Amino acid sequence: MMTSNNSLNATDLRDRLQTLASREGIRRWDLGAACSDDCSVQVDRGEAKQLKASQRSSITVRVWNNDGLVGITSTTDLSESGLDQALVGAHAASRFGNPEDIPQFSPLATAPLPELDRPLQPRQGILPLLDTLRDAEADLLGRHFAIQTVPYNGLAESLSQSLYLNSEGALRQMERTQASLYLYARAEETGRKPRSGGAVRMGLGSSELDVQGCISEAVARTVSHLDYRPIETGSYRVCFTPEAFLSLLGAFSSMFNARSVLDGVSLSQRDSIGSNVAVPFFNLHDDGLHPGHISAAAFDGEGTPTRRLSLIEDGSLRNFLHSEATARAFGVQPTGHAGLGAKVSVGPDWFVVSSNPQVSSGNSLDHRTESAPFVLIEDLSALHAGVKATQGSFSLPFDGWLVNNGERVSVEAATVAGDIRSVLNGIAHLEADSEVTHRGVSPHVWVDGLSITGEA
Amino acid sequence: MESLLHRGSAAGADLVEVFLERTDHIGLLAEQDRITSVNPSFARGAGLRVFRDGRDGFVSTNDLSEVGLQRALDQALAMLGLEVQQLSSPAAFEGLKQLTDHGLTKDDWLERCPSLDQASQCLLQGTAHLDRLGQHLQVRRGSYARDWQEVLVAASDGTFARDIRLHQSTGLSVLAADGDHRSSIGRRYGSSDRPDDLRDWDSEASAAEVCNSAGTMLRADYVDAGQMPAVLANRFGGVIFHEACGHLLETTQIERGTTPFADRVGELIAHPAVTAIDEGLSGGSFGSLSMDDEGMEPERTVLIKDGVLQRFISDRAGELRTGHKRTGSGRRQSHAFAAASRMRNTFIDAGSHTPEQLIESVDQGLYCKAMGGGSVGPTGQFNFSVEEGYLIENGKLTKPVKGATLIGDAKEVMPRISMCANDLELAAGFCGSVSGSVFVTVGQPHIKVDSITVGGR
Repeated sequence: MMTSNNSLNATDLRDRLQTLASREGIRRWDLGAACSDDCSVQVDRGEAKQLKASQRSSITVRVWNNDGLVGITSTTDLSESGLDQALVGAHAASRFGNPEDIPQFSPLATAPLPELDRPLQPRQGILPLLDTLRDAEADLLGRHFAIQTVPYNGLAESLSQSLYLNSEGALRQMERTQASLYLYARAEETGRKPRSGGAVRMGLGSSELDVQGCISEAVARTVSHLDYRPIETGSYRVCFTPEAFLSLLGAFSSMFNARSVLDGVSLSQRDSIGSNVAVPFFNLHDDGLHPGHISAAAFDGEGTPTRRLSLIEDGSLRNFLHSEATARAFGVQPTGHAGLGAKVSVGPDWFVVSSNPQVSSGNSLDHRTESAPFVLIEDLSALHAGVKATQGSFSLPFDGWLVNNGERVSVEAATVAGDIRSVLNGIAHLEADSEVTHRGVSPHVWVDGLSITGEA
Repeated sequence: MESLLHRGSAAGADLVEVFLERTDHIGLLAEQDRITSVNPSFARGAGLRVFRDGRDGFVSTNDLSEVGLQRALDQALAMLGLEVQQLSSPAAFEGLKQLTDHGLTKDDWLERCPSLDQASQCLLQGTAHLDRLGQHLQVRRGSYARDWQEVLVAASDGTFARDIRLHQSTGLSVLAADGDHRSSIGRRYGSSDRPDDLRDWDSEASAAEVCNSAGTMLRADYVDAGQMPAVLANRFGGVIFHEACGHLLETTQIERGTTPFADRVGELIAHPAVTAIDEGLSGGSFGSLSMDDEGMEPERTVLIKDGVLQRFISDRAGELRTGHKRTGSGRRQSHAFAAASRMRNTFIDAGSHTPEQLIESVDQGLYCKAMGGGSVGPTGQFNFSVEEGYLIENGKLTKPVKGATLIGDAKEVMPRISMCANDLELAAGFCGSVSGSVFVTVGQPHIKVDSITVGGR
C-alpha cells in the first residue's frame, strides 16, 4: 500500500535474489531492505529557509558460504547489477567471517507478529507543512518579547517500508507513516546572555501533531531560563525530568545489551542476571510496542517479533536485550532487538521506567511542591562526549533550575557528574505520574548527592 | 545533465545545481586477535537543489534514471512554486563550462588501496601490539574505514566539475580493567587522498600511545571541579577552537542568528595571541579537498588574525543570504544532504612559546593531554570532554585525573587564550552538523586558557 514513487516489491525482490544466488552457488542468504519517502521544511522569521524531500532505498544482503561463514554487503542500487554486486560482495566478505561467532536465522523469523495499531496517515505535502510551520513560528515569536528567533525548527513527514526475507521462506514487511515537529527558540534580554529552550512532538501523521502544545512548551521552557544565575559547585539533591532521566539511561544501555556483555564492554557480566542494580522500588522495561512509541516496528533486523521485556524488576536485573547469536550464547530466545550484520548489533527500543507499588521509597517528593532546595534537570547535553559507558561515569552539561521554596532560577552553565550505578542505587524517589516523551516513559526521578559544577 | 539544468532554469529558478555521487565503502573491525566484522557498502544517488529569490528547495534520490532525476527536479521546483510548464525564462541557462576534472589523476586510487587481506593484517598487527605493550587490557580493538567517493557537480551558472575523494581512517582502542578501576582509551588516525596510507601506518607507535594513556588513566582520581586555568595539548586539543568558535564562524550560524560574531568583522574577538585558519589545502589532511561539494576549489581562509575577526566560512547559500564570499567550504556528507558552510582543516596558528613555558606559567590548573568529543549549542555554549588530564601544581605536571568536562561561552573564552606554543599539529576527526558528518581536522599548538569551568566530581 506504499503510495509513493519509491517502494519495494517483496516477492519480486525475493525472486530476483533467489535467481542471482542460485547462479552464484549461494544456498543460504537473508536480506533486510528499507525505503522511504520523506519531506521536511524549516523556516526563518516567516520565510521558508529550506525545503527538503528525499526518496531513499537500501538493502543489506547477508550470505553464508560453503564453510558456513557469513559475509554482508549493503547497497542503495536496487538494479539487477546492483543486487548482483551486493551478493558477490557479501560472498567475498564471508571469507573473513568470524568462525567463533556465526549468526544464524532467528528461530522466531516466521513466528506470528504482534498486532500494531498504527494506521497509516495521509501525508499533507510540503507546502501545507510550510504553512503550518510558518504559523507556528509566528505564534511562538509573538508569545514573549524576549524571544527573537527560533533558530532550530523543523516539520517533517515520512512514509517508510521495511522488509526482511530469508532463503528459508521468511518474509516480513511493514509500512509506517511518521511526522515530527521541533521548535527550539532563542531569547535575549538587554545586557544578558542569550538563553534557549525547545520542545518536540511526534505523531503518525503531520495533521495530528500537537502544534499548540509544542509552541506552549517551547515558550515556557525558553522564558523560564531568562532569569539565570550561576550555581555554586557542590553536592545537590537532583530531580531529573522524564526526558533527562531517559536520555541518561539510554546512554548507559550497554548495561542491558547482551552483545556488549559478550564483548566485555558492558558494566554487566554474563552472570549479572538476578543481581541488584537499583533501588528495590525501581522497574525498567523495554517496550517497543508501547502505544506512545511512534516509530514502533513489529519485527527487528533479523525478523524476530518485537516484544515487551523486563530489564529491571524490584531493583534486580532480569533480562538482557538479545539478537539471535547472543540469545544462543546465553541459552535464551531472541528478544527482538537486533540489527542485521555479520556481527549483529543489539539496541533498545523504548524504555519504560516505573515504580514497584509494593515497595515505598520512604519519601514523598514532588517537584511541583517540594520546599527544600534541589536542582531540577530538564535536559542533558553532549552525552556522546561526557558519558563513559564502559566505566559507568558521566560528566554532562545540563539545562535546569535551582528550586528553593517553589522559586525557580535557571542555572547558568553547569555540569552534573556521577556514576550510573550510584544513581540507580541512590534513587530517592520516583514520582507517581509518568510522562510519555519522545524518548520513552518515565516519572520524575529524584537522586541525592550528585556533584554539580557551576561558575559561582 | 544539461537538459535538467535547462528545465530548471526555464521554469524560473535563479540557480539549479545537480550533485551526483557514487561511493564504495569498507569497514573492518578487529577484536582481540580476530577480524569480527567486514562491512562493504556501495551507494549512488543525486541531490538536486533549486534557488529562487534567496530560498532553496532540495530533493535527493537514489533513482538516477532520466525519469527519476526529472521527477526529483520537478519536486524541488514545485517547493518554490515553480512549474515546468511556465517556461518563464528560456535563456537563463547558457550551457556548462568545460569539465574541470580533479579526478583525472585519481582513477586508480581505489585499486591502489589495500586489499581486505592486507587491511586485516594491518589491523591484527595493531591489536597484537596492544597485547604486547598494554597491561590489564580486557578489550583490544582495531578498526579501519576506507571511503571512496566520486562526485560530479553541475549547475546552471556553468559550474561543471568532477572529483574523486579517498579517506582512510584507522583506530585503536582498549578497555583496561583492574578490580574496580577502569579506563577506556581510543585514538583515531586519518588521511585523505593517500592510497598507501594504511600500509605506511606505524601501528606499533599508535599502540604504544594508546597503552601508555590507558595505563596512566587506569587508577587516576576524578578531577576536582571548579574554575581554573588550563593548558590544552596540541593536535586534538584544537577541538576547543572547533567547538567554541569555528562553528560560530560558519555562515549557516549567521543565517540562524545564533552567532555572537555576526557583525564583528574587523573587531577584536579573541586574545591578540590568537590567529586562526580554516583551509582545505594541506596535503593528505582529513579535511582537505580538491573542490568542495559545490564545485569550488578550496582556499586558505584566515578567520582571525591577532585576535581580530577577518572572515566567515561560506558556501553558495551563505554568500547569497549573508553576503560573505564563498570560501570553497560548501560540504555535505552525501547526496542526501544539501551543502552547507562547514569547516575543513581548522586550527589555531603556532605562537612563539614552548609548551613548557605555558605549563610553568600556571600555579594550580589542569593539563588536557587528550580530548574526547564536544559540541556547541544555539547560544554559543560549548563543551568537550578530557580523555587524559593531569593536574598542574606550581608549574609542573603532577598526578593524572579523569572525568573532566570543560564548558564555556565562546565570547568569553576566546579572549582568555593568552599563550600559544610553537608546536602546531593537526588531528583527524569527524564533524556532525546541518549537512551531515564530514571529514575534518582540528589542530593547534599547546595553548593556555587563563580560566575555564572544569566540570567533574
